[in-house]
Amino acid sequence: MEHLTAETFDQNARAALADTQLRGALKNLAVTFGERRQAAIATVENWEDLRERARSIKDETLAHLDKYLTDFADNAEKAGAQIHWARDGREACAIVLELLKERDATKIVKSKSMATEEIHLNAALEKTGIDPVETDLGEWIIQLAGETPSHIVVPAIHKTKGQIADLFVEKVGIEKSDDVDVLTKTARRILRTRFAEAEVGISGVNFGVAETGTILILENEGNIRLTTSLPKTHIALMGIEKVVPRFTDLDVFLKLLPRSGTGQRLTTYQSLITGTKRNATDEGPAEVHIILMDNGRSRMLAHPTTRQSLACIRCGACLNACPVYQQIGGHAYGSVYPGPIGAVITPQLVGIGKTKQLPFASSLCGACREVCPVKIDIPELLLHLRAEIAEGVTETSTHKFSEKLAFGFYSFAWSRPEFYKLGTKISRLLQKFVAKDGKIGKTSGFLAKLAPPLGAWTAWRDAPTVAPKSFREIWKSDLENK
Amino acid sequence: MKISLFITCLVDQLCPQVGKATVEVLRRAGCEVVFDERQTCCGQPAFNTGYRTEARKFAKRFIEIFEESDADFIVSPSGSCTAMVKHFDELFAEDENWRSRAARIAAKTYEFSAFLVNVLKIEDTNASFSGKLTWHDACHGLRDLNVRDEPRKLLKNVRNAEFVELKNADVCCGFGGTFAVKYPEISVAILDNKIAEIEKSGADAVVACDASCLMQIGGRLSRLGSKAKPMHIAEILAAQE
Ligand code: SF4
Repeated sequence: MEHLTAETFDQNARAALADTQLRGALKNLAVTFGERRQAAIATVENWEDLRERARSIKDETLAHLDKYLTDFADNAEKAGAQIHWARDGREACAIVLELLKERDATKIVKSKSMATEEIHLNAALEKTGIDPVETDLGEWIIQLAGETPSHIVVPAIHKTKGQIADLFVEKVGIEKSDDVDVLTKTARRILRTRFAEAEVGISGVNFGVAETGTILILENEGNIRLTTSLPKTHIALMGIEKVVPRFTDLDVFLKLLPRSGTGQRLTTYQSLITGTKRNATDEGPAEVHIILMDNGRSRMLAHPTTRQSLACIRCGACLNACPVYQQIGGHAYGSVYPGPIGAVITPQLVGIGKTKQLPFASSLCGACREVCPVKIDIPELLLHLRAEIAEGVTETSTHKFSEKLAFGFYSFAWSRPEFYKLGTKISRLLQKFVAKDGKIGKTSGFLAKLAPPLGAWTAWRDAPTVAPKSFREIWKSDLENK
Repeated sequence: MKISLFITCLVDQLCPQVGKATVEVLRRAGCEVVFDERQTCCGQPAFNTGYRTEARKFAKRFIEIFEESDADFIVSPSGSCTAMVKHFDELFAEDENWRSRAARIAAKTYEFSAFLVNVLKIEDTNASFSGKLTWHDACHGLRDLNVRDEPRKLLKNVRNAEFVELKNADVCCGFGGTFAVKYPEISVAILDNKIAEIEKSGADAVVACDASCLMQIGGRLSRLGSKAKPMHIAEILAAQE
């Protein structure tokens, strides 16, 4: 399957809207996750306080990120873990490859991790002939299908049960069944053998605790527990923003993350890993490697507005709540991180040049900000990025000249009452050619070309006409002296 | 009490009856109402599309004009344009003087229904309207200004009318300013969920506090030949049968 790019967001979105299977798969997303989330947050009394607390922990951490990262690295090393620093995705991939080569390891199991997706680790491994096995059910399904995740928590949300059943017939060779139980058991049977032979397990990290060097990983299937404990070597890829100062901070995030993401009070498994095993006879890996990765994050840290992007705990709530995401799903965004948070971090991670449609792919309704457990003001970030694009701070001189011109004209004319009034008069004249019964219907052909926004509007919606008498005229004649 | 009206461009040009209704309701409530004809646009289209330099020009102009007025409050029949006024200070991050002037103006500015309920303490405007009414929460009124209960209180007190709660009333209608024409297909896909709920509600009128959402919802209702009519809350509250 060819992967979509952010550059063609408009086309991707149009194709997504026409894909009835996809629309069907997404149909219940908002309701299911929305209702579950509502029910789960109702079980804590001080939800708003928790959000405040979480955000202030994140803000505190980000204000002194260097200190907390050093603490984390020191303490993890004391506990026996080995720390690696990666400036970007390429360095992180190279570190993983080197570790595998040194150990002559080719049998790799992986647990779900957005950070590894971000750096396209699987592709890098495959290039050297290593086929890592995804062990999260959803990730395994999309790996079988040769696709990418379309949601940061539920990676295969874009697939219907029927599509998954067909995939199992084709790739696994079982008889067709859309019984979820049969499919899950089949996956388990196959994955179990992979776990048994695995030499290295690769995971992500949800939180890293500075004061103890502990990492916390959350999941529901138990596969992360196995990935991080069965193989001799565990490699964890951790974005530098994942650190929190104190062990007790985890309490706040453990209350917020599962409730926001999947509507659970707690995930089924929480793996707390502090370094390697202490005695040779203990269970668990002999080696733990933690790769601390920047990959564009320190750029976000530098600006007071964009800094909040790093508070994200990847719960996925903003995707579920987003009316745009609900319609088009994740692939249309053409990036690893879709939805509202994707629309703000993708341009910051990979540069605005090829992703400049993303900040505009939002009606700014604010539903994301309302559900975000760490109170990230996503609309504010979208507006910030829009300004960078429109005002050409970054490499965006190609931003539509016609739009720049239109806004220049608008700001000139509409800030002068005389021109503004003249504009109203001209509109009244022009609309005579297109209006009927006080409204403008479908406008196509020449007119739509002449005024593309009018064409785009009226393709599906009638447009109102300028009133015969504007309010300011009515004010003068009927209201002012009454 | 003296009110300076902030009539948004959409109301001024496309639905002046909303402005007229706003004046009527406020006058009936005993307010002195003035309108400064020099006002034009708050600059929201520029701000939301990223043109901050242009938005700043509009903001300064708006602030200067309204500073001259001795009115106690600025009232607008629009949640999103009121929210824009509340955003003005963000445009002057490095200019302490303008920032505080923006904040002073913002503190005086109210969305129409919130002003009635929270400042004038009026929940019944003596309005009368025969038919079934439902309410759509425009996003900026709801999430930037926290206007949720006020319009519902007012609508529930309208004589002869039956108020029905719209399912997913607080979900966006898909307008989003330039979004509606940049990504019309997505915009309309979102809108069609709203339309389906309006039809299910059986409402004769879908009421909101923003001409922009009403233009989006109304444009689709009209195209589909629905019996439901888009109406601004000021129109309903001014109605006396
Ligand atoms: S931005 Fe907020 S809601 Fe969205 S994934 Fe991150 S933490 Fe969750």
